[in-house]
Amino acid sequence: MANISATPHGTAHGIDDHEHHNTNNVFGFWIYLMTDCLLFGTLFATFAVMRTQFAGGPTGKELFDLDGVGLETALLLLSSITFGFGMISAYARKQGAMLAWLAITFVLGLGFLVLEVKEFAHLIHAGAGPDRSAFLSAFFTLVATHGLHVTCGLVWIAVIMVQSFSSQVFSTRYMDKLQCLSLFWHFLDIVWICVFTFVYLLSVI
Amino acid sequence: MLGKLTLSAIPLDVPILVGTFTGVVIAALAVLGAITYFGKWGYLWREWLTSVDHKRLGIMYIVLALVMLFRGFADAIMMRSQLALAYNGNPGYLPPHHYDQIFSAHGTIMIFFMAMAFMTGLLNVIVPLQIGARDVAFPFLNSLSFWMTTISAVLINVSLFIGEFAQCGWLVYPPLSEQQFSPGVGVDYYIWAVQLAGVGTLLTGVNFFVTIVKMRAPGMGWMKLPVFTWTAFVTVVLIMAVFPVLTVTLAELALDRYLGMHFFTNDGGGSVQLYLSLIWTWGHPEVYILVLPAFGVFSEITQTFSRKPLFGYRVMVYATLAIGVLSFIVWAHHFFTMGAGPNVNAFFGVATMIIAVPTGVKIFNWLFTMYKGRIQFNGIMYWVIGFMVTFSIGGMTGVMMAMPAADFVLHNSLFLIAHFHNVIIGGVYFGYVAGLNFWWPKVLGFKMNESWGKRAFWCWFVGFYLAFVPLYIAGFEGMTRRMNHYDNADWHVQMLIAAAGAAVIAVGVVCQLMQIYVSIRDRNLAENRDFTGDPWNARTLEWSMASPPPAYNFAVLPDVHGIDTFHTEKQMGRRSYEGKVLAPIHMPKNTAAGFFVGAFSFVLGFAAIWWIWWLAALALVGVFATVILRSFNNDVDYYVPVSEIERDQENYVRSLTAQAAE
Repeated sequence: MANISATPHGTAHGIDDHEHHNTNNVFGFWIYLMTDCLLFGTLFATFAVMRTQFAGGPTGKELFDLDGVGLETALLLLSSITFGFGMISAYARKQGAMLAWLAITFVLGLGFLVLEVKEFAHLIHAGAGPDRSAFLSAFFTLVATHGLHVTCGLVWIAVIMVQSFSSQVFSTRYMDKLQCLSLFWHFLDIVWICVFTFVYLLSVI
Repeated sequence: MLGKLTLSAIPLDVPILVGTFTGVVIAALAVLGAITYFGKWGYLWREWLTSVDHKRLGIMYIVLALVMLFRGFADAIMMRSQLALAYNGNPGYLPPHHYDQIFSAHGTIMIFFMAMAFMTGLLNVIVPLQIGARDVAFPFLNSLSFWMTTISAVLINVSLFIGEFAQCGWLVYPPLSEQQFSPGVGVDYYIWAVQLAGVGTLLTGVNFFVTIVKMRAPGMGWMKLPVFTWTAFVTVVLIMAVFPVLTVTLAELALDRYLGMHFFTNDGGGSVQLYLSLIWTWGHPEVYILVLPAFGVFSEITQTFSRKPLFGYRVMVYATLAIGVLSFIVWAHHFFTMGAGPNVNAFFGVATMIIAVPTGVKIFNWLFTMYKGRIQFNGIMYWVIGFMVTFSIGGMTGVMMAMPAADFVLHNSLFLIAHFHNVIIGGVYFGYVAGLNFWWPKVLGFKMNESWGKRAFWCWFVGFYLAFVPLYIAGFEGMTRRMNHYDNADWHVQMLIAAAGAAVIAVGVVCQLMQIYVSIRDRNLAENRDFTGDPWNARTLEWSMASPPPAYNFAVLPDVHGIDTFHTEKQMGRRSYEGKVLAPIHMPKNTAAGFFVGAFSFVLGFAAIWWIWWLAALALVGVFATVILRSFNNDVDYYVPVSEIERDQENYVRSLTAQAAE
């Protein structure tokens, strides 16, 4: 991300920046992400309190299928890399390449979501839904909150792809948005790594 | 089709509510009719409802806060009169089902929609002006925050007339607030109103954090920041740190209620203790979120009217920061009696007492600022002195309850109620009212009426002690909070005095209304007009431009050299804008997007409360569609031409010189 500040501003098509806006947008979004981080932190804390409250129901060890979760993890991590390539293309002002990488990212993210929904459906079908025990309530809420964030991220990717078909593409405002989305997408990756470690791996051990 | 909503949800059998509803409808029709009659809809929409100007949003926040003050205060009057009557077999006039809703609504409204809205309003009006900025960092988000707060306030008031409100206190403790024990929609009203308002508050936090970090005038280092802005800064940091916790806590309670989960239920492995820890992880910093800006207001007023710089500026800043940090390690003092054990209780007890140290430091800073000052003892200073006395007493009763052994006697008694009203009325409310009086001429261009202000102060001050000292005594005598009726003769006399105190405060509220009315009526009298933009001969940058300020605040951005640069420049007889070249100013355009996101969120909340899922889904789509459409709009800003700035500047200098000549 080091080359953000080196981005030329000259391509803004008639859109001027407030003297502070360029740095404010990305900085402000970063601050917002930190509050989002605390939101996840609270959900993790809840899970830590609830992780052995099975109420006579199934445990994580009995329920979790690490192969499926591993595949989800692989998809999401890969999507972070492809998004990075998309950003590089955007800095190089290559619209086609950027769109292609964003499309690949979208598909990978969608794949992650489909797998997650299938896992949820399987658990609920097996009688291990979120109303079964406090442990499952905490598990579903934490993982689904991450899933909802990914869903929002997918909508955002779609919107930003559509917005590139305008004269404003690669304007400062557009690049700000792309940088914010990039921060968001990588942030979800970091959260998922924590989910994978503290929820799935620690439950199965 | 309409979920749980049926005609029986409208409480036609409760005469108080029918009467209130009729009154609200008549008042609303009168206001709407007046707007239509005077043809002001277009003006209202273009200049206010869609405004992104921080000063106008601030005014609207404060109007909202005052309206909510009436709602919350009406609840208070009903509680006090009920308890004055409901003694020795007399059931009073409020049955428990209704009474429980009243005390829950009183707390919720006073904290979330009166105090928070008032605080946010003051921040909006003053912070950008004090740091030499032309707006906040994200003006559109600011408008969005306002609308989220406002629609939540409307939502909570809808519960009066459609359905019911929560009956389990202002923090809806489980298991009582779970579906099993509260099957109605009351708790859902609470959850949705507080959640939607919380979105607004969190965005305000992010917005003002970025504004203060990034948009200070050139030369304004951290130790040159005005004290009010410092307290605002610590407040927004606290907001960002704890409002996500509140969101998660209430979301988990909602999942328990809506999807049968087991976070806080008695069965299925749920933990009530977890809810208490989470809600007070938010709740204790929340009281500092409210009171720190009040401390900032007192600092500004004390130094202005003592004609001296603030005593111990750095110490004041460090004390503010210390309070901000300590506020995170005291939350368990809200449930000493839960059985966490003596070691845990001892830690939280000691931590709580330590908070009294930086707070005491502040009190002494204000006292030493006044010491040997040339004090101008006007109505605004009345509130400051009243605060110092009242808040010190409230702080000391807080230290009493910080002793776990004493807390086992006082927990959930009226002593606690008296304590927190002592600090919230004496600290937060007195501070906000003082701030309103102090900055009113800056925002509107004319001063508030002195006589009515002093009358309001005396009624509030005397009324407060009459109303709450008896509660301390009744608490010592064993009377618990949230009691509907009783038969202890010792308590009855206290309840009668307290009711009289509430009546005196009611007169104070009427005096405040009169003060606003008389001030607006006499706004054009020469002694009330503020021609200089600096009616108090004050010290900070917000007084360096005309009152009311132009939309862009500063014709040229000021250069800051030290604390109170504006005051230094006045003494040296020059102004920072002199000799500077004017340039076109870049400003954000008004937008209706915030209004529409708010309106859709209102529908979403209402539909979710009543389980009207198709409508909730539509509203959610509406929220997303509005945000996405807004992001497609690139025409979001404009330039103020130099000619317009020149004209404003000339008018301002002319009125300055005219004033100097008199």
